[in-house]
Formats: sequence, structure tokens, C-alpha cells
Amino acid sequence: MSQDHSLYPETMPQHPERATLEGKNKFMGLWFFLGGETVLFACLFGTYLALKDSTAGGPSSEDMFGLGLVFIMTMLLLTSSLTSVYAMYHMRNNEFKKMMLWLGITALLGMGFLGLEIYEFAHYITEYGFTFRSSAFGSAFYALVGFHGGHVTFGICWIITLMIRNAKRGLNLYNAPKFNTFSLYWHFIDVIWVFVFTVVYLMGKVG
Amino acid sequence: MSIAATQKRSFGAFLWDYLTTVDHKKIAHLYLFGGGFFFLLGGLEAVVIRIQLIKPENDFISAGFYNEMITMHGTTMIFLAAMPIIIGLMNAAMPLQIGARDVAFPFLNALSFWLFLFGGLLLNISWFTGAPDAGWTSYASLALDSPGHGIDFYIAGLQIAGAGTLMGGINFLATIVNMRAPGMTYMRMPLFTWATFITSVLILFAFPALTINLFLLMFDRMFGTAFFDVALGGNTIIYQHLFWIFGHPEVYILILPLFGLFSDVFSTFSKKRLFGYTAMVFATMLIAFLGFMVWAHHMFTVGLGPVANSIFAVGTMAIAVPTGIKIFNWLATMWGGSVRINTAMLWSLGFIPSFTIGGMTGVMLGSAVADYQYHDTYFVVAHFHYVIVGGTVFGIFAGLHYWWPLMFGRILHEGMGKLTFWTFFIGFHLTFFIQHFLGLMGMPRRYWVFLEDQGLDLGNFISTIGAFFMSFGVIVFLINIIYTAVKGEKASADPWDGRTLEWATASSPPPYYNFKQLPLTRGLDPLWIEKREGNGKMTPAEPLGDIHMPNGSFTPFLMSLGFFIAGFGFIYQTDNSLWHIALFGGMAFALGCMIYRSIKDDHGYYIPKAELEREAD
Repeated sequence: MSQDHSLYPETMPQHPERATLEGKNKFMGLWFFLGGETVLFACLFGTYLALKDSTAGGPSSEDMFGLGLVFIMTMLLLTSSLTSVYAMYHMRNNEFKKMMLWLGITALLGMGFLGLEIYEFAHYITEYGFTFRSSAFGSAFYALVGFHGGHVTFGICWIITLMIRNAKRGLNLYNAPKFNTFSLYWHFIDVIWVFVFTVVYLMGKVG
Repeated sequence: MSIAATQKRSFGAFLWDYLTTVDHKKIAHLYLFGGGFFFLLGGLEAVVIRIQLIKPENDFISAGFYNEMITMHGTTMIFLAAMPIIIGLMNAAMPLQIGARDVAFPFLNALSFWLFLFGGLLLNISWFTGAPDAGWTSYASLALDSPGHGIDFYIAGLQIAGAGTLMGGINFLATIVNMRAPGMTYMRMPLFTWATFITSVLILFAFPALTINLFLLMFDRMFGTAFFDVALGGNTIIYQHLFWIFGHPEVYILILPLFGLFSDVFSTFSKKRLFGYTAMVFATMLIAFLGFMVWAHHMFTVGLGPVANSIFAVGTMAIAVPTGIKIFNWLATMWGGSVRINTAMLWSLGFIPSFTIGGMTGVMLGSAVADYQYHDTYFVVAHFHYVIVGGTVFGIFAGLHYWWPLMFGRILHEGMGKLTFWTFFIGFHLTFFIQHFLGLMGMPRRYWVFLEDQGLDLGNFISTIGAFFMSFGVIVFLINIIYTAVKGEKASADPWDGRTLEWATASSPPPYYNFKQLPLTRGLDPLWIEKREGNGKMTPAEPLGDIHMPNGSFTPFLMSLGFFIAGFGFIYQTDNSLWHIALFGGMAFALGCMIYRSIKDDHGYYIPKAELEREAD
């Protein structure tokens, strides 16, 4: 290594996540990736909207959905977005420990969301016999919400891997972009959930 | 490093070099030969189709095998031949054209290639167990009832290859946004780079629709869901919509890069700057934008109603306007230039009338009322072969002749190149021109046999003879490649008196770091500006210093191998649950490679300034 990637408070760039070309590329690349993900979810939303009334005699959204549980899930996920903003704030101030703390809280909130989602799915399957296979509505529901849940799972694994890998070496210009791209991804997952909450649950209950 | 490169290496070292390379120039070679291999396979399938149709009620192959042939011909040519070769050309030229040392994500670039190759291999392995047979569109209503595992191979193969393509698109976008050399503003980029940029946007926004569609089909076929199962409330039209939301932009993914390439070729060999550069850029953008707005013109006969059909018909015809702008600008570029006609230029000249015919039949098909007559006939087959062969394949050949020196340091033999062009050009029109009339007389596409004395005999015979001419042309091209590799004329760094930065490197092919010092761009056609002002070479934009290079890696190969194995698991787990071992094992292996990539620091290495100084200029 002929360049030192360590970060000292006195030589600290304002945006450590975009101070190197690699950081800039990661930042730009992830934004483009999220553009593609938008289309991915748009297709699932379209499919869901086309099939949401095709219950094939099974339970409909109004029969099953409980807004209370979904509201708690929404709050957990939105709060986790806020905590990841705190983490990025501390990253820019080169406060590694505080960043790790907030990222840890983010991961915990994400896991809380995921746990409630698994409970929700289990509830539909055992109480209503509403499965991936029972109707076109079931297929579309689990595909859309499940794809989102899969993204949350991937995000949690991602941040835990990053935190373990970098636990002992602090922040530098090489890993700052990695934390930042995770944060962007996490915000995107939240935005998608806002749409899921509106289109699937609110419209399913009152629409 | 430089000394090692000039030494004779063993075959093992050569192989290992290509298996682990992250250099965009070597990945271009891999794409070219991988795509070229599938192009030959797809061509062979086309010849089998034409032999079957050479005479009425022929029984050269069985009906089921014929269905597999047409499906695999379409799928292979679009996903495994045309796109990879185009991406290969992008890899070869685009980073050099913007004065960069590599793409933004070299590791991802290698991963894109290996995913494409393993996806393509997976798809073609189905030949041994029963290939997909529901057409390249694989409409759900047909695909769900297809027995055997053919469709499952289609799903798994395209899913893997498609993931690679998506990554490639993101990679090129980030490269063009972040890594242009000093002075290379957006409106100074060569048209091919512009086309790469816009095509990458198309890939980014179109491929996720295919991903989802394949997932839905996979869930229905393998896991018993009901997206397209009408008995449980499903809707097969969703498949058609999602397929064409991807599929229509896809045809522009196939043609726009070649539009860019033709622009570069016309301008170079006319010794004039491109006529209407700004109009060309915005026409490309407009075509890309409209390309997303017209998918339902593939579905006029589905019954979407007169309002939807009219809107999509108008949108479709509107695309003729920016395309017309391009045709006239190419003609005007040649007007008054000192035109030099060599093989690359011949392909480009042959492209203009051929593609224009395809464009005109496109407008005819865009008329929703008339489309009820044309739909699913050979008129459609003739139309899309006129644009895809007359545009994309002609463009690929033009690009190969133009950039062969850049990629391999030798110039393709002109005589054989011209022989290929004329036999292919004549064969192409023989094959497909008559198919317009076969279609108008009512011959449906995808039919295994036709009856005698229906007025279809002579047309089909002529069409098959044309296919033989094209095959001859391709064989001559293969001989040309071998001849050139052995005895071909060695190329200088700038064999065509070029205008753009890919000809401004130290040698052909360029050194592995591309530019010793990044060049300073002072306008459109930067190299030409320096030549006209008597400098002859680019002014450096930076002092000579250490060059940062990425490390090679074997991980992309292994990661793709993991997905390849998981693909088999997905396909066969419906037969025997032991295949879950392959499914989970393959996925775990691929994810393990991802984690390894994430936690293993990879800072790359530096070529020291001292070593660069030692190398001759």
C-alpha cells in the first residue's frame, strides 16, 4: 500500500464516503442500482394491484389485515431509517463508536420488523389458510411483501457483516463508502415499505 | 510487469490470466468469444429451421424439435449472442473513448461476464434433456403447460445471464458519470459512448421487469403459485405486459449501441465530424424514452381496446421521427467528406437501406388496425430480422472490423471481409425480403410445415437459399479471424487516422493501464483536434505518477459457478428433493463468495512511476 487510508480528525475530508474515486463510484453505482430496484418493485406492485381482488373464494384483505400490527412494523422500520441517519452523521464526524452504536440499533429495529412480519405471515397461514398457493391474491401478496422482507433480511446480514469486519479497526476511507452505501440501501427499503403500507394495507383495509 | 507481458507464457498461465482478469480489454475478448460461440450455435439453429422449411410438408426434424429450435434460436441470438458481443464492444472501446483506465467496478465487470457465460451454458445444457419450446417470449399460458424441464432451464439460464447484464449496465453508467478524463464533458463524448450510456439506462430500467417476470413464472411452475393460473384468479396477460415492458426496451438495447458505432465509423471514414452531433445525442435519448412507452404494440390483438391500441400505435409511429433524424444525419456526414470505403464502411453503408426497410415495416406494424392482418405472420419475422440483422448484426460486423486492431493489434483481411459482406448482404436480403410477402399471403410464424401449392413453395425455397449464403459469409469471417491471427497485418496505434481517444494510446492493443497520463480533451473528436493543430498526440492532463490498478480475482468465476449449480437445484428439485442440496449448496457457495469479497480488503496495486518512465513512449 502506497497510500494511507487511515483517517485523522485533523485531515478529515468533509465526506469520507465520497473522498476517493472508489467511494464516488460506489455512491453512484448504488444510486443506479436503486433505480433498477424501483422498477423491480414497480412490477410487483403492478402485479399485486392486478390480482388483489382475485381471492378465489379465500379470505380477502379486509378479512385479514390488522392495521395495529402493521403500524408498529412501520414505526420500527421508519425509526431504523432515522437511526441510520444518525450513524452517517457520526461517520462524518469520525466518531466510530457512536456510528457503530447507531448502526447496531438500526439492525435491531430491522430484526424487530422482520420478526413481526414473520409472525404476521404465520398468523395468516394458520388462522386463515391464506398461503402463497391458495389464490392469485395470496401469490401476489406474498411475492410483494416477501420480496420486501427479503431485502430487509439481506440488509441486516449486510450491516452485521460490515460491523463485525470493521469492529476492531475503526473508520477509514476504504470502509466509509461501504457503510454509506448500506445506509442508502436501507433508506430505499424504507421508502418501499411506505408504499407497501399504503397500497397493500391501507388500500386493502379501506380502499 | 511489462517484461512479463512480452515473454512467452505457458497455456496454463494464459488460461489463468483470463479466468481471473478484471481488465476491461480482456473481458471484451471474453465477451466476444463467448458471444461469438453462441452466435454460431444460434446460426446453426437458424439453418436447421430453414432446411425444415425448404419444401412443403418437410420432415427433416420433428414438430417438437422444431419448437425447441425456434425457441432456442431466438433466445440464444438475443440474450447470448447479440447482447454479449455488444457489451464486449462497449468494454473494448468505451473506457478508452472517455480516457479512463478501466471501468468503475472492474470486479463486477468480470462477474457480469461469468454470470452471462454460466447462464448461457445452463440454458444450452437443456439440449441434452429437452430444450425450452414455448418461443423466445415463453408466454405463460403456453409455458406453464410445457412438459419436462425445458422452460425451467429457460427461466434459470436467463435469470443468471440477466443478472450479469444488469450489473454491466450499472457499471457502465457509473464509469461514464465518474471517470471521464479531464475536459471530456458530456457533449464531447463520442456517439458510441453516448449510446453505451443511454443503452445502460435502458438495461437498468428494463431488465428488472424480466427478472420479476421470470420469478413469477418460476413460482408458478416450480412452487405451485397462481399468478397465471386462471382457475385460482390468476391472469396470463400480466406475463405479456411484464415481458414486453422489458422486451420492447430490449430491442433498443440491441440497436442503439450500433447506432452510436455507425456514427463513429461514418465520421472516421468520411474524415468529417459527425453531422448534427447534438441532434444525434438527443435523438438517441428520445428513442430510448419512447422505447419504454410502446410495449403494448406487441399486444394489439390481445384485446386491450381501441383507446389503448390507438395510444400505443401513435407512440410507436413517433419513434420513426428520431430514427429518421439519425438516418439523414449519417447521410449528411458522408456528404462532401472524403469517403474511404473499406469493410467497416461497407457494413455501415449496407446498414442504411436495410435498416430503413425494417423501420418502414415497423411503422406499418405500428398501425393497430393493419396489425390484425400482420400479427404472428412471416411479415413480423421479416420485420424484426430486418432491424436485428440489418441493424445489429451489420453493426457488430462493422464494429469488429473497425475495432479489431484496437482489440487484437491486427487488421482483419480486407478481401475476405468484403467477401463476407457481399455474400452475407445478398443472402440476408434473399432470406428475409421474400418473407414479407410470405407473411402477407398468410403464412403464420412458428409453424413446423406448410402445405404444397399455397403459393408459399418458391418463397420458402428462396429464403432457405439465402440462409446458405449468410452461412457461407460467416464461415469466411471465421477463416478471416484465423488468418489474421496468424498472418494478419500488424496495426499501428492509430490505423484508421482516427478522431477519438481510443486511438490515442501508445499501441494497439493499448497497454494494460490504457493511458500513461490521462489525456486532456479540448473538444469533440479530441484526437482529430490535436492532429489538425499539428500536435499529433494528446496533451497530458496530469504529471506522470503512480497508476492505481485493480487486482485480478478468481471469485467472479466461483460465484457464478455457485449460481450455476443452484440453477440445476431449482430446476430439478420438483422431481427429487435431494436436488435441494444443489439448490442450497450452490446458493450458499455463491453467498459465501460474496461475503469473502466483502470482508477481504482489496486495495489494488500501484504501477510505480519509475517503471512507467522506463517504458518507451
